Amino acid sequence: MSGEPSLKSSIDGESLKLAAAGPWTAPHARAIERLIEQALRQRADVRRIDLDLGGIERLDTFGAWLIERILRKLDGAGRETRLVGVADSYRVLLQEAHRLGRRPAPLARRPATLIAALNNIGATLASLASSLLMLMNMLGAVAAALLRVFVRPWTFRFTSMVHHMDRVGWRAVPIILMITFLIGAIIAQQGIFHFRKFGADIFVVDMVGILVLREIGVLLVCVMVAGRSGSAYTAELGAMKMREEIDALRTMGFDPIDVLILPRIIAIVLAVPILTFLGSMAALYGGGLVCWLYGGINPDVFLSRLREAITLDHFAVGMIKAPFMALIIGLVACTEGLAVKGSAESLGSQTTTSVVKSIFLVIVLDGLFAVFFAAVEM
Amino acid sequence: MTGQPDEAVIKVHDLVVGFGRNIVLDRVSLEVMRGEILGFVGASGAGKSVLMRTIIGLLPKRAGRVEVFGVDMDKVNERGRQAVERRWGVLFQHGALFSSLSVRQNIQFPMREYLDLSHRLLEEVALAKLEMVGLGPEVADKFPSELSGGMTKRVALARALALDPEIVFLDEPTSGLDPISAGEFDHLIRTLQRTLGLTVFMVTHDLDSLHNVCDRIAVLAEGRIIAAGPMSAMLASAHPWMKAYFQGERAKRRRNS
Repeated sequence: MSGEPSLKSSIDGESLKLAAAGPWTAPHARAIERLIEQALRQRADVRRIDLDLGGIERLDTFGAWLIERILRKLDGAGRETRLVGVADSYRVLLQEAHRLGRRPAPLARRPATLIAALNNIGATLASLASSLLMLMNMLGAVAAALLRVFVRPWTFRFTSMVHHMDRVGWRAVPIILMITFLIGAIIAQQGIFHFRKFGADIFVVDMVGILVLREIGVLLVCVMVAGRSGSAYTAELGAMKMREEIDALRTMGFDPIDVLILPRIIAIVLAVPILTFLGSMAALYGGGLVCWLYGGINPDVFLSRLREAITLDHFAVGMIKAPFMALIIGLVACTEGLAVKGSAESLGSQTTTSVVKSIFLVIVLDGLFAVFFAAVEM
Repeated sequence: MTGQPDEAVIKVHDLVVGFGRNIVLDRVSLEVMRGEILGFVGASGAGKSVLMRTIIGLLPKRAGRVEVFGVDMDKVNERGRQAVERRWGVLFQHGALFSSLSVRQNIQFPMREYLDLSHRLLEEVALAKLEMVGLGPEVADKFPSELSGGMTKRVALARALALDPEIVFLDEPTSGLDPISAGEFDHLIRTLQRTLGLTVFMVTHDLDSLHNVCDRIAVLAEGRIIAAGPMSAMLASAHPWMKAYFQGERAKRRRNS
């Protein structure tokens, strides 16, 4: 191995002689390209060119392609070229290179920037509309599946639903209790800190009670469930879609909605209210604890004040919202899961979309409920 | 394309591989010569893929030695290992194309990482490699999920060949292809082997491939290599499994047709 490739040129009358030597291989490709450019730039007036490959020590497809590129360029310029001193072992490779790349590559057409931007806006709007439509479609399919189950209850996949309830509900209990407890405590601490300035410490109990039961409990639980279980639903269904498991189910005469999606959605709709109840209690407990230890409101006072401040309505508002929000999370997660295409990247992006979209819709729904409950005076 | 033709590029010596209590390979020794196409056969589950994956370093071994290009893969540092890995290409059974990259990007990926190439050369060579495996430039911008089984294998082969390797490992290259495509693929491997001077290590079940392409065949059974040699030696063997394999119903039908 002499180390470096070279391309020496010498002129003999009207013919130019190019002598290639050294390793013409991939690691030297950039250097070789430069050599070729220099050698061909030098003389434009010669008619005949001999390309001597005798000195080449190693040749791979990259080198062979570069030699072929010289030949094509010179041919295109109407010069007469000859290959000299080609070793037998390289002949096949050079012939192969000569055969390749004759078909023109299709040009990728790129529209102008303004049109592309408009195109982008249009496509985004259309995809928004179609995703809403897909969600409606999923809701309808699930409702139809539910009706089928009412007619023939024995077809319901009870085991599967219990399995999913275990994953979505039971296993989520520790983390939900922990987070809602902490948030309840933080709200109480902030309330005491600010209310104390005008001597209204005791109203912290009202704030904690109403806020937790109506809003914070259910919202926190839904955000947690969307991130924890909604993403899992999307990823599972997406992976099944990628491996054609869903197609396999279909061909065996099963409806994936019955088998995979209905048990998951019923599980989440049952689990979220339970988690909301547990979470609200934990948040009240955390709030009460902070009121006692930090605000000096002892538990008896806290409880009697809480009893005056909240009514069953407050509790009912939170609990009524829970299953609807759970339904949204489940529907979004399953829809996005089935929208996964072949690539690993699409699995990731659909999972992200699933979580973002379900949290967004939960909050929108919460707003609608606020309007509704205000209208019915709850 | 340097070195003596009769030099062993892969040497496996007394290799032991197992999972838990189950010993899959029990002191296997095998040599692959430069420039040959070695067909590697054995019953399903006998450990053919395990041997291949152990040689390329995807599975740990319990004992024994693997030498590739005369480099002991245990004693080599990270850089030396990479240098060896650049000189081989692997075609996985299901292609293992990167699903988020297009065909063109899949082929360019190893070139981009390992080589310093101009953009123009990168584009040209990627299309040239694609054409070498029999696919046109119109496939270049497709994604792996849009390819048929045969096309996936071809693209995977193009990617395995991206760095102009000296050895290619093929794991069941013709499985899942129809006989015509499988025949074309065999022919392709033969042609590429001749053009590029490749050494090919091919795990296969395809009797046609073994007949048409392989210079030598190694048979794995009961955790060891029970025979290695040309097809004629395989047909002459008296070992019951080999008799059933090479002279069974399917083999006969092949010869009669």
